[in-house]
Amino acid sequence: MARTFERALRRAGVPMAYSQGFSPHPKVSWVGAAPTGVASEAEYVEIQVVRELDPEALRRELDAALPPGLDVLEAVTGGPGSLAERIEASLWRVELPGVEPAELAEAVRRLLAAERVDVERLTKDGRRTLDARAAVVSAEVVTESTGDTSRGTGGTSRTAHILDTSDQVEPAALADANGLVTDSDQESGEATAQVADWPERARPCGILVAVVRQTTPAVRPDDVLSALRVVADLVPPVPAKATRMAQGRLDDSGVLGTLVDPLAADRAASPTTTPSGVDDPAVR
Amino acid sequence: MFPRLEPLLPLVSKPVQYVGGELNATVKDWDATTVRWCLMYPDAYEVGLPNQGVMILYEILNEQPDVLAERTYAVWPDLERLMREHDVPQFTVDAHRPVGAFDLFGVSFATELGYTNMLTALDLAGIPLHAADRTEDHPVVVAGGHAAFNPEPIADFLDAAVLGDGEEAVLEITDITRRWKAEGSPGGRDELLLRLAETGGIYVPRFHDVEYLPDGRIQRVVPNRDRVPYRVFKRTTMDLDAWPYPKQPLVPLAESVHERMSVEIFRGCTRGCRFCQAGMITRPVRERSIEGIGAMVQRGLAATGFEEVGLLSLSSADHSEIGDITKGLADRYQGTNTSLSLPSTRVDAFNVDLANELSRNGRRSGLTFAPEGGSERIRRVINKMVSEEDLIRTVTTAYANGWRQVKLYFMCGLPTETDEDVLQIAEMAKEVIRAGREASGRKDIRCTISIGGFVPKPHTPFQWASQCDPDTVDARLRKLREAVNSDRNLGRNIGMRYHDGKPSLIEGLLSRGDRRVGRVIERVWREGGRFDGWSEHFSYQRWVDACAAELEPLGVSLDWFTTREREETEVLPWDHLDSGLDKEWLWADWQDALDEREQDDCRWTPCFDCGVCPAMGTDIQVGPTGRKLLPISPVGQGSPVRNPALTAGD
Repeated sequence: MARTFERALRRAGVPMAYSQGFSPHPKVSWVGAAPTGVASEAEYVEIQVVRELDPEALRRELDAALPPGLDVLEAVTGGPGSLAERIEASLWRVELPGVEPAELAEAVRRLLAAERVDVERLTKDGRRTLDARAAVVSAEVVTESTGDTSRGTGGTSRTAHILDTSDQVEPAALADANGLVTDSDQESGEATAQVADWPERARPCGILVAVVRQTTPAVRPDDVLSALRVVADLVPPVPAKATRMAQGRLDDSGVLGTLVDPLAADRAASPTTTPSGVDDPAVR
Repeated sequence: MFPRLEPLLPLVSKPVQYVGGELNATVKDWDATTVRWCLMYPDAYEVGLPNQGVMILYEILNEQPDVLAERTYAVWPDLERLMREHDVPQFTVDAHRPVGAFDLFGVSFATELGYTNMLTALDLAGIPLHAADRTEDHPVVVAGGHAAFNPEPIADFLDAAVLGDGEEAVLEITDITRRWKAEGSPGGRDELLLRLAETGGIYVPRFHDVEYLPDGRIQRVVPNRDRVPYRVFKRTTMDLDAWPYPKQPLVPLAESVHERMSVEIFRGCTRGCRFCQAGMITRPVRERSIEGIGAMVQRGLAATGFEEVGLLSLSSADHSEIGDITKGLADRYQGTNTSLSLPSTRVDAFNVDLANELSRNGRRSGLTFAPEGGSERIRRVINKMVSEEDLIRTVTTAYANGWRQVKLYFMCGLPTETDEDVLQIAEMAKEVIRAGREASGRKDIRCTISIGGFVPKPHTPFQWASQCDPDTVDARLRKLREAVNSDRNLGRNIGMRYHDGKPSLIEGLLSRGDRRVGRVIERVWREGGRFDGWSEHFSYQRWVDACAAELEPLGVSLDWFTTREREETEVLPWDHLDSGLDKEWLWADWQDALDEREQDDCRWTPCFDCGVCPAMGTDIQVGPTGRKLLPISPVGQGSPVRNPALTAGD
């Protein structure tokens, strides 16, 4: 994803700033990039450029240069404070084809009731254990009809369907700097053609919606599913499809699904305000 | 058929290599086209995707409104197993269509080690392995690439082979196929193949019979149909500026072996290195003009977003305007983090200005030179005219200019070679370090020597030579390693990379084999042989056993095809395939090699009658044109592409 994005920046003619040194690279920083094998509707990235740009022109040109399925939703000129400070947690939607919603709900209840749930993950450095429960802020099971966070099952499952087979994540991006948000294109025609053949559609499908804090080491949707296996022996018959729906700071209200939009502050600043270009503290 | 493939993908390594979706890939409507090509590079996706030959033909074919071209690559054994289990056929990565449904199946062989992978693809596609068993319902299997200059070992599996440049040949094959289909496929498959064969530029092995002498040598190769010519000539595309492909290079999602945009700055080479098949079969030299190169780089960067531009050819520093090209491109892309590379550089042509231009705009990697032979004597034998003095001077200047790493390529097992010739490699490397330390004032410089086994190739002066046996090669490499390590002070800055001699012997069998070798390939494949170019998959024993089983009953053997020196009068398996090189000239050059006599380059000295230009009706096309790259001014800061929509603030 990072490479695809950097190449699109070059094709779009974005005047990037480069790091100094023997092996210069463009100044692009991802905040909490989605793990391999999941889809995303909300990725955020900060880029640094060498001259002032119109955020909407940047959004449009970069969007046009990216492959189908990777959309730039919004670009804003970065204000004070780093992007990382504005992102605390992710809202995940995880579809579990073949899992009864009631069974899933019971597993989620047990997970939330637990104080700590250790799960194992295979990393490059071998097996490591982490507490998956600690990062889960909230979790609930939604159904198709009431799935208020969902834009319709068809849409999300399509996205995940394409991405879960690939080695690389295809999240989308938001740059800040002139910064922006992107997502994967759910309405793509070829995706629609493919989903019709997905054999599990007719089966029951439990849908989990969870807000997960971005910790180090990161607790991924996979780890949450491992936790469900630990507490309730829940084993999905086919691989689950996870989609990141939003990122942001946790809202004090703690209501499920309400994360504070990381770009709200930048957007509030008048779009006509002239940023201070390269020396802008926000785009360092 | 993606829905059938998709459930298998989570179960295999690197599934992204099978999903396609590359930037600049083309997916056309099947029913709106009349001639459909499937192109294969018979190796893993990561190796095959950047292949320029496939990319060029893919684009040329897809530019034709009624032609569709898609690509397929060798699937790894983990996916092959699952495809067999779930009855999923060999598929294209573009639209995931079954390979068996295409009209033509073109396979590009840069090396003979892809032969078993072609058999896997044919088998998975449901195409009979033997051309004789195919019907009108099966694609016509066409081989191309350098290995197609002796396709005899795979003759039984091919319907046709094209020697030389493919740009015009694929269009001609397409035209013949289109017409034949439009006429209602008269005469069936046989008639289509006859129409291809009678052009004289497309080889159809089944229309030539091979007869053998009692001692196993070939007596003669003759056509068995009236309409088929005795000799098949190679194709030569003249005027590279008229063929600026690829215009839209493919950019994969997955990682590949070359993450760069490549521009072929000239084709052909007349340096005359006697071991080099590429230099012999791609004559004459045809340069792309400086302006043509500039336009391809600009368009390619805008289409791909790559950070590196490779200026490709067999000896890139030999372009008549290489200095202006590198300086012009370096000026134009100043400040855009775009680096330039010249992958094949001769020691004697390289100069410091060039090295510095190349590293000006981007990353500095190490410098690579190919002296090929360790001693001056052996370099005279192979006609690689570079003196030790030249080499030391060149690398010293490189170290003095801040380069820290120099790689030197050599070969082992060359004709007339002795231990002494190989041990000279160690002396040269030590001298490089000694001179480099002095020039740079540093102790941490590196010199890596990389050694490949020599394989005699068809259509070269060494086509008659005895291939060195693996034991001798391995023993020499052991002695070389000892010699490098004998001086601890210098040796610790010298790295050594090499393979054992066994894979080279098998490559030698496949390079100079005849039709009888096809049985060996098939047996090896049936016993599980796959990806022979990969050391973790290659099994020497499997090849040796298959040779014993299939060749010895015919009175020949692995040794007979490899370590046996041929005589002047022997009919070679590829003699009816015309690369333009005069066989008498090749023999004379072989004798000159044995006498340690050098041959100059016809770009700077009079023609030495290798035979290619008169036989093929071609001529050398070189500059200088005297023109400059325009605009000379830099494209701007931060990006190699100028986008008016983002330059309003200027």
